[in-house]
This record gives sequence, C-alpha cells and structure tokens, in this order.
Amino acid sequence: MPVTDAPAKARALYDARRTRVPIPPFTDEDPSLGMADGYAVQKELVALLLADGDRIIGHKVGLTSKPMQKMVGVDSPDYGPVLASTVYRDGDTIPLGSFIAPKIEAEIVFVLGERLEGPGVTVTQAHAAIAGAVAGMEIVDSRIVDWRIKLADTVADLASNGAMATSSRIVPLDGIDSRLIGMTLTRNGELIDTGAGAAALGDPVAVVAWLANVLGENGVALEPGHLIMTGALHAAVPMQADDVFRAEFDRLGPITVRVATGSAGSESGA
Amino acid sequence: MDTQQLAARLSKAVADRTAIDQLSDDAPDLDLAGGYAVQRVLREEAGPLVGWKLGVTSRAKQAQVGVSAPVFGFLAGANALDLGEPLDTSQLIQPRCEPEIVFVLGRDLAGPHVTAADVISASSGVAVGIEVLDSRFRDYRFTMADVVADNTSAGRFVVGTPVPPASIDLRLVGVVLEKNGEVVATASGAASLGHPAAAVAWMVRAMAAHGEGLKAGEVVLSGGLTAAVPVAPGDVVVASIDRLGTVELGCR
Repeated sequence: MPVTDAPAKARALYDARRTRVPIPPFTDEDPSLGMADGYAVQKELVALLLADGDRIIGHKVGLTSKPMQKMVGVDSPDYGPVLASTVYRDGDTIPLGSFIAPKIEAEIVFVLGERLEGPGVTVTQAHAAIAGAVAGMEIVDSRIVDWRIKLADTVADLASNGAMATSSRIVPLDGIDSRLIGMTLTRNGELIDTGAGAAALGDPVAVVAWLANVLGENGVALEPGHLIMTGALHAAVPMQADDVFRAEFDRLGPITVRVATGSAGSESGA
Repeated sequence: MDTQQLAARLSKAVADRTAIDQLSDDAPDLDLAGGYAVQRVLREEAGPLVGWKLGVTSRAKQAQVGVSAPVFGFLAGANALDLGEPLDTSQLIQPRCEPEIVFVLGRDLAGPHVTAADVISASSGVAVGIEVLDSRFRDYRFTMADVVADNTSAGRFVVGTPVPPASIDLRLVGVVLEKNGEVVATASGAASLGHPAAAVAWMVRAMAAHGEGLKAGEVVLSGGLTAAVPVAPGDVVVASIDRLGTVELGCR
C-alpha cells in the first residue's frame, strides 16, 4: 500500500531543511515504507522547493557502489534532483551552517549535450549524449537524525543531497575510459582516499543510462545542460570548519572547496 | 629460537602448504631487524631473484597496524607467473590478489638520498601487475616483524607489458580490480604512499643502509593499491590501470 501522507512527510523534510533540525526516520514509525513511498515523498518535497523559486538543473545518483548498496540493503542506485540554489564553484567556501551533518564525496559529473529519454537508453547512447565531464564534489547531508536512514528515508530526503561543487572546464569523453579516471582526495593537504570511475556502477556512463531509463518510466527526460552526478568514488568524509578539501581527477583536473562556519547568504553560489 | 630456525619454520609452511602460528608467539623478542634477518636467510635459499616488493604502503593500513613506514621483501624468479598463465591455488595456503604498479629498472639505482624522480628516471618501464599474497601465518594474523620475516607475504606475481613512464602521472592513474566480472575495488596510484615512485624510493633508501640497491632489469612491485581479494579455483581476477593496461589472472 502506497504512503498516504506524502505531503505531510514532505513538509516535515522541508521544515527540517529550513530549521536545520533533523527529524526521526519515517521508517521508525512505519518499517514497511519502501522505495516507491520514498519517491512519492520526494516528489512532494521537490514541488515545495520549486514553489519557492528553485530550479532543477540536473540529477544526482546515489547508492552506486556495492558497499553503499549493501549498507542500505538494496541492489540498485537511487536518485534525486540537483537544485540551482545548492551549486558551488571550484574555490568556493561552503558554510557548515547551511547543513545538518554534512559529508563530502568526490564524483565525476557529466554535462549532458543532448536530450536523453528512457526507457531503452543504452550505455552507448548515453555516452553519445554526454557533452563532457567535470570534476565534482557532492556535499551529502541528511535531514534524518544521525544519518539513521533506510532506503525510503534517504530517497524521500532528495537522496541525501545537500549541495554540489563543480569545476568549470568541460572535458569531452573522446578517447577517455571513464571507468579508469583516477581520483585522489586530500584534506588540508593530506591524502584521505583514492578511487576510480568504475566505483560508480562499474562505469559512470552506465549511471547516466540507468537514470535516463528510470526517469523515463515517469515521462521525465534528461535535458541538454543538465548536470548528472554519478556517485561517490570513495567513502564519504565528514566536514569540519576550516577544512580544505581538494579532489583531483586524472584528465579532468582538480576542484577545491573550503569549509567555514556560518550559513548561506554571504558566499557565492549559495 | 634463532634466525635459522625461524626461517626453517617458514620454509616448512611453504613446502607443506599449511599455515603456522606467528613467529612472535614463540619469539617475543623478534623485532623488525630480526624479521629482516629471517627474510635474508629465505632470500639466500630462494634461487635467482628478479626484483623486490613493498608492503604496508597505504597510510590507512599503516595507521591500522600502528606503523609509519612500509616494509619490503624480495621476488624470486620461481614465483613469477607469465601472462596468461593460470594461478595454481593448490600450491598456496590462502592466496589473495591485489593490483600494483610495477617498475622495471633500466639501470642500477642505489643510495641513501634517492627520490621518486630518481626512480622514474631510472625506470625503463612501468606496468600493471597483480601480486598474489600468501601469508604463511594463519588468517593473515601477524606483527610487523612476522610479516617482514615472511617476506611480506610474497606468493606469486604477474607483470603486464611495460610502457615508458615519461609523462604519466602515476599518482592519478585510475586503478580497477575486478573479480569474476564485478568491480571489487578502485583506487588511484596515490594509494601507495602518495606516489608509487615515492614508495620505491623509500625502499631504495632503506636498502642503502645495508649497502644494497636495485639492479638494471629488476622489477619492483610498488605496493598494493586496494585491499587484497581472496581467490579460489575458478575465480578470475582482472587488474586495470589507466595508461598501463590490463592483466588478467585465472585461478585453478
């Protein structure tokens, strides 16, 4: 039976985003809630955010690695919209006060060159539709207390997306095997983790095809210019004030963000 | 328990294909230097050497076992697998595979001040490799002195076709380890001590203390770039490194 109070649940998440006071997991009260319920709430939440004047400029795909899928007990990724109000640039300062319990992840981000509408989109078609890749970081955040999330909770909560940062140089994929794009993540100059594109569903391009096909079932297409965040290449790292995170991607270049106390408003991109 | 006796225990474990308790259980005073002394006995008995290998090169692993430096061991020619040659797991105790960047020395390299740049300029090639670890200690439980004595768990190894190292940023090359068609781990070259050539340079400096060094033609396995994956008969392991290529290892 589908979730009946999606608008109320969406409102609770909407308020948690504004007040930065997290809420208990929906699945505490109703453990039977599943993926479809999560998306029903997400849809209502997105409507509330768009009514405030925000815009969808792309999508994030999460749970793209086997370890993450095991942790949440699923065998497929999930997705959520990327909102224009949450995009930072290379070099930006990210105010901790805009989030509840933020963590950072380095990701390969694709910029779409052509419209893609599923179902039936192949990895080859997805590859052809991608204008290029940029170095990216996702700030994941949970409006659910202590990240105590089950699948329905995180899906409802915009797939735990908080914000994103991207470099500006779009690198065409011609001749690049995106599975093998290497990545190093440093914090204050110290190496924290490494990874390669294949950590995302075996191939980040396959993530785009998966997303196009899942959205296609609801009549939603990926549009030219859309940013597609293809999933973390390593375990997420908690963020603290004064941290400087730098992710460097082979062939795509680096991206750096600083972390500061305070909240959104004074910094660019916020 | 003297050095010869400890080495004999390890040799017997290899011959019997049976894991043993860690040496430090019976030799609580065994330290790192003692471990290298045991390893030297094994090296003298190993037949022709073809190179060297590093271990404990990831900062995460170093932090986990509470050390701040890697360790090294030797590569016996008898333990080299050729490209396409299957791994006979029945010859080993508890094999685990990990992807590595392999340096092929174009000239001798020795000295107490060797740096990563020296390693790269002395290398005629770099290649993707798979190291098959095979700790002689039950369940891979050992102290640092134990693992050094056990030749840093060296089992078998396979080296792909080398390419010239010039203009490859080995720090950033993507590394993918697959087992039976599934991605099991990814990394970049930086996973070994921040830069695989820096790991090799560390080893050359450590060898210099004993008046040793690398010889032209030798290969160096510069340290596991991901966690090692256990293998059994029927498994296929594939290591791919951007710009270096792919090596596939079938197990029987």
